[in-house]
Amino acid sequence: MSSQKLAWNIRRKALEIIHNTRSSHIASVFSVADIVAVLYADILKFNNKNPKWEKRDRLILSKGHAGLAVYIALCESGFFSEKVLNSYCKNGSYLQGHISNKNVPGVEVSSGSLGHGICIASGMALAAKMDNKKHRIFTITGDGECDEGSVWETALFANHYELNNLTVIVDHNKMQSLDFCENTLKLGNLCKKWEAFGWKVFEVNGHDHAELKKILKKQDKKKPTCIIAHTIKGKGVSFMENNILWHYRDPQDEYYLKAKEELEKEKL
Amino acid sequence: MREAFFVELFKIFKKDKNAILITGDLGYRLLDKFRKELPKQFINAGIAEQNMMSVAAGLALEGKKVFVYSIANFPVLRCLEQIRNDVAYHNANVKIISAGVGFDYGTLGYSHHATEDIAVLMAIPNISIISPFDNYTAKIAARYVYKNKGSFYVRLSKDKINDLVKDKKNYDIKKPAEIIKGEKIAIFSTGAIIQEAIKTAEILSKKNIKIGVYGFAMIKPIDKEYIRQIIKRYDIIFTLEEHRINGGFGSKICNIISESNNKSKIIKIGLDDKFNFFIGDKQYLMKINKVDKMAVKKYILKIAVKNYDFQEKKCNKKLLNKL
Repeated sequence: MSSQKLAWNIRRKALEIIHNTRSSHIASVFSVADIVAVLYADILKFNNKNPKWEKRDRLILSKGHAGLAVYIALCESGFFSEKVLNSYCKNGSYLQGHISNKNVPGVEVSSGSLGHGICIASGMALAAKMDNKKHRIFTITGDGECDEGSVWETALFANHYELNNLTVIVDHNKMQSLDFCENTLKLGNLCKKWEAFGWKVFEVNGHDHAELKKILKKQDKKKPTCIIAHTIKGKGVSFMENNILWHYRDPQDEYYLKAKEELEKEKL
Repeated sequence: MREAFFVELFKIFKKDKNAILITGDLGYRLLDKFRKELPKQFINAGIAEQNMMSVAAGLALEGKKVFVYSIANFPVLRCLEQIRNDVAYHNANVKIISAGVGFDYGTLGYSHHATEDIAVLMAIPNISIISPFDNYTAKIAARYVYKNKGSFYVRLSKDKINDLVKDKKNYDIKKPAEIIKGEKIAIFSTGAIIQEAIKTAEILSKKNIKIGVYGFAMIKPIDKEYIRQIIKRYDIIFTLEEHRINGGFGSKICNIISESNNKSKIIKIGLDDKFNFFIGDKQYLMKINKVDKMAVKKYILKIAVKNYDFQEKKCNKKLLNKL
């Protein structure tokens, strides 16, 4: 499946599931959909018949609230059935609202509280370096997540231990839970910040698949990589884009119908 | 105890290159051998405990046997959520080692008094707690946590305590060890403060009052049935810990007794629900906080002995129930 098709599927299915289960974080899922799609379609090495295959690349979703994007990508990649996917946020389901790896094939690490996954990723990258293994470790973090001190602890750590097998993708949609990042805690220039911590930094349009594909393949000889992916929160549905409401709100009634209509127009 | 633990751990590390020690920039002298002789198995994560704990989880998820070292509250309270979410939830093979617990760092002030660590970790599933009470149990703890996959917290005192366990051949870290056999009254204790229990028993033995002393190394999970067996032999149990009485070792024992039909009276001795704004060495702070041998003796005489008919060898149950 092409990354474009996968990204569309993520948005379309997420809309349906979030609408049905009245769950939250639709705008975060839309923001990260293209990044997740390019990773699963073109970058990550994995084996859906053997999710624990030793040589697989690891993806750790540190912004666990966008877990539905990864669940859909995994389902589309053959890790589990559509039936399992549709249990998302329902009673008794293992598909938790924030990503969990318990009984969910393909999910490496559970997260939800911010600033955890990215640090676990550092540990996994260090383990691979120690054993001279060649797989790569990718982690997706939010820009709001960069408020967490532990993000910067691991920024120091990964640089110090030269974890060049680690790639952090910052989903830089400039918004967080209650407001824009700049109105919350000024993040300033994220590229310069990560550079100052010793990382190899790239800046990309987080919705441009060709660009993402090109940059995600890059690996420095020494430094860990940080990709600042400029994204739009709620990308794909006009009234959700850059609208803080849709961090928590679930689309119902006319909102659901309008969103569905807009997405269907983009169907590949 | 910490030396006994790390001497044993060093032997283990020399044989297993997959064992990794991460420190939060602490362990001056104590960890020198690891740093110098096993540099590939030694990581200094800097003064960044949250990242350190998550990195430990990440390493463990990739198959490493990870030991995290720091002192006092730093590897527990500072990174509690990392322990809960990244280590315990993932059932990661991470062993958290804290040295200098209770009032070990007495004069360094309240920030360095690890007096709530047991309570907070008692509440978290998937993590076992070991609180060795002599050099021997510290050594056994090193072997045990290495051999057993999963998440552990090991609480090590700076005190060097000569081996108290008598029957080493049959010693099981999961079960309490009988240090002194007593009659009617026993003290259950964990960690270095067991020394105060032993001293109390020695003082009272001169008055012909035989106090039993039991040392608990593993306090979570706890062998309930075995404890119920011991409790049956006593009318009054005191628990003694260098930790808050709320939610700690004593509370755990209380829970076990309350779940059983046993009518033994239990009295918890530990730290009250308040901070000390002053400092002092460990002995001083134990005395001020009424957990030293003299305080324990007083508790026993006031509460237990006063209400106990030694000729009839029976408790005055009426009085006891008022306690």
